[in-house]
Amino acid sequence: MHEISAEEQQQIAVCIGAFAPKRGSLVPILQRIQDEFAYLSGEAMRKVAAHLGITPGEVYSVATFYNQFRFHPPGKHAIKVCLGTACHVRGGEVILENFQRKLGIREGQTTEDKEFSIDRVACVGCCALAPVALLGDKVYGHMAPSKVEGLILGIHLEKERQEREKAKHESNNS
Amino acid sequence: MSQTTPRISFNAIREQAEKRRKELDETGLPKVHIGMATCGIAAGALETKTAFEQALADQNIAARIHAVGCLGHCYAEPLVLVENPGWPPIFYYGVTPGNAGMIVRAFLRDGDPLLETLLGATEPNDLIPQVKDFPRFAFEKKVITQKSGFIDPEDVYDYIDHGGYETLSACLEKSPGDILQEVVHSGLRGRGGAGFPTGTKWRLAREAEIEHKVVICNADEGDPGAYMDRTILESNPHQVIEGMVLCAYAVGASKGIIYVRAEYPLAVRVITKALQQAEGLGLIGKNILGTDFSFDLSLFQGSGAFVCGEETAMIQSIEGYRGVAQHRPPYPVEKGLYGWPTVINNVKTFASIAPILERGAEWYRSMGTDKSPGTAVFSVVGNVVHPGLVEIPMGVDLRTLILEICGGIPNKKAFKAVQIGGPSGGCLPERFLDTPIDFDSLTEAGAMMGSGGIVVMDEDTCMVEVARYFLDFTQKESCGKCTFCRVGTKHLLGILERITKGEGRETDLKTLQELSQDIKLGSLCGLGKTAPNPVITSLRYFREEYEAHIKEKRCPAKMCRSLTAFYIDLDKCARGCDACVGSCPVEAIFTTKDRKKAVDQILCVKCGECMVACPVEYSAVKKISPAQLAPIIPRPEKKEDKKAE
Repeated sequence: MHEISAEEQQQIAVCIGAFAPKRGSLVPILQRIQDEFAYLSGEAMRKVAAHLGITPGEVYSVATFYNQFRFHPPGKHAIKVCLGTACHVRGGEVILENFQRKLGIREGQTTEDKEFSIDRVACVGCCALAPVALLGDKVYGHMAPSKVEGLILGIHLEKERQEREKAKHESNNS
Repeated sequence: MSQTTPRISFNAIREQAEKRRKELDETGLPKVHIGMATCGIAAGALETKTAFEQALADQNIAARIHAVGCLGHCYAEPLVLVENPGWPPIFYYGVTPGNAGMIVRAFLRDGDPLLETLLGATEPNDLIPQVKDFPRFAFEKKVITQKSGFIDPEDVYDYIDHGGYETLSACLEKSPGDILQEVVHSGLRGRGGAGFPTGTKWRLAREAEIEHKVVICNADEGDPGAYMDRTILESNPHQVIEGMVLCAYAVGASKGIIYVRAEYPLAVRVITKALQQAEGLGLIGKNILGTDFSFDLSLFQGSGAFVCGEETAMIQSIEGYRGVAQHRPPYPVEKGLYGWPTVINNVKTFASIAPILERGAEWYRSMGTDKSPGTAVFSVVGNVVHPGLVEIPMGVDLRTLILEICGGIPNKKAFKAVQIGGPSGGCLPERFLDTPIDFDSLTEAGAMMGSGGIVVMDEDTCMVEVARYFLDFTQKESCGKCTFCRVGTKHLLGILERITKGEGRETDLKTLQELSQDIKLGSLCGLGKTAPNPVITSLRYFREEYEAHIKEKRCPAKMCRSLTAFYIDLDKCARGCDACVGSCPVEAIFTTKDRKKAVDQILCVKCGECMVACPVEYSAVKKISPAQLAPIIPRPEKKEDKKAE
């Protein structure tokens, strides 16, 4: 389990402090925390419960009801595959499978090196570009299995390039 | 003593907007309007905008770049409207960064309008065809989306300059009763799906003798395949806000909430900004336009639960609970958010209010049908040539919408079915194409109006698989309160999954039918009541497909992957061609002894990439169902094996 640092504790407290201690603030607080940390930790949910004067179980029950909330940190490159109706009709499932096969993880999981995570989303509202996948916030339209490979390769190449530059920079400095 | 009326207060604001526009007009600069809603951005509008800026700077041409919302022509994105003085305004479609540079150099610098890349002009002229002659533009009747795509959604003055908030200032001088009467008379029916008369709902709220009343805009658009609410909010948020303020004035509400899906980050940003701007000008908040009327309007982000589109579940979610549907009555309009009378209407309903009050109920009734007056916005997606948003008068038939306005089915395929009303709507076959689109005719045919999502399917779509897909969705989204919905949909899904895998039983069809009826009867809210619709309609209209799956283990549309196989026709495969090999993600394609290609049926994941990759002149990759009909070609022994010998 991911350890919560003192600094993160502080951040959680700031998020919670911005809202009035009433039940109606629950969902907005959780959204704010997820915006900050990209997921909801057990610690964060306990703190929210204390602030609102309800049990942690209540908070967890509400959080798990809504699809937006996740309870594990996502990968650095969060991949979301749209499986709305238009994407489904145009083969979204095949795209999802290709990501899963390429990365060796299932939907809802994160790769061991914490680089990638795959999620399915119901509809991102770009149906005219179906099938659609998101990498972070960027939408990729008209996906095809070959494009999946290209996308992941692109990220790997970019990472290698950055590492090379970093190494070069460091050797220049020394 | 000088008396300020709402009109006088508003005139000052409008003068400001007009002054600003005049200053811009006097510069005489060309204008480039770029559609920057979510679909535009996904299609590359940001890159296009940068390219325009760069090209204008390189050529040293002064022009004004205007980020606007969406016109609804998703197939043509990125869509750009160029106003060059001396020319009619011209639309360019699919404007890539390269095209942007070309438009700047050829059109703005050299005066060549690039006839081969333009879509059409918006004004009569001798040279360029007018867009209004295209079926897409000719049939459309824009009321809700009239200003979308022409104004900057992040600039309230742009909306005001196009006549925005004028109606509000005029109506604040009338009595709330007059406004209510006009809405009742217009015959407007809620555009969220159920089609409840908006005027009746408002009257009930008005008659409630409780001080606190709430107005909620339902923008929790969860139907996969529908995105008109998002586009309206991203393109013209102020028209929705204006409608909400008018509603609050008519029913006497003091608090308002816009409930938007958190999955729509751009819409959230645009609305947040619009609310700030409207408040800054005194159009919402305390003492609107100097009157005694105050209306506090805020934004609430939904967290991705489909059922929250149901009004009682939505209220639960705002109050901080699980979005579980509640028993009605009491209806929210009697006892809603925190027990206050609450009017909940869809985005499109609120967006219709200002035009109705501006031009009158009679005008509104002159469009659409007798029982469903006005216009409706549809998002038409799936297998159509020109997907996008279309606003048409109610009562236009499906054939006109799909085959004429949206250009029909691509790739010379045949039309098979149209799915209307989101996951809980129904699938209608070709013989229903002449059904007029209005609340009552669609319900009669077994579908429903829903919020306006229309998915078109061609002959390659398997109806059993589509029903399975929708059940998969509704089953996951069931809130879990009613047993029939929670458990029943899961069983329906289980049976459909079995059938699509070729493990269906003869008794399954009867079970599907009975279970569907039970779920409809035993569920409290709209989700459960309508979840079995895709099963019921596909069973009614496409029964032979179910039977083929069960009896012959054959998928007639060759879509169910357990029942189909890909193979390469050796007579058509070209010797030495490698096109398919690289396309295969699992290396299932190998070379035969004759240097042709074949598919290893055990490795194949049936993604269909090889079929796309195979050059058209060969078209050697074939799809077949049932799967065992595919010829099995043995893999030649590997070279390593030979070496070992």
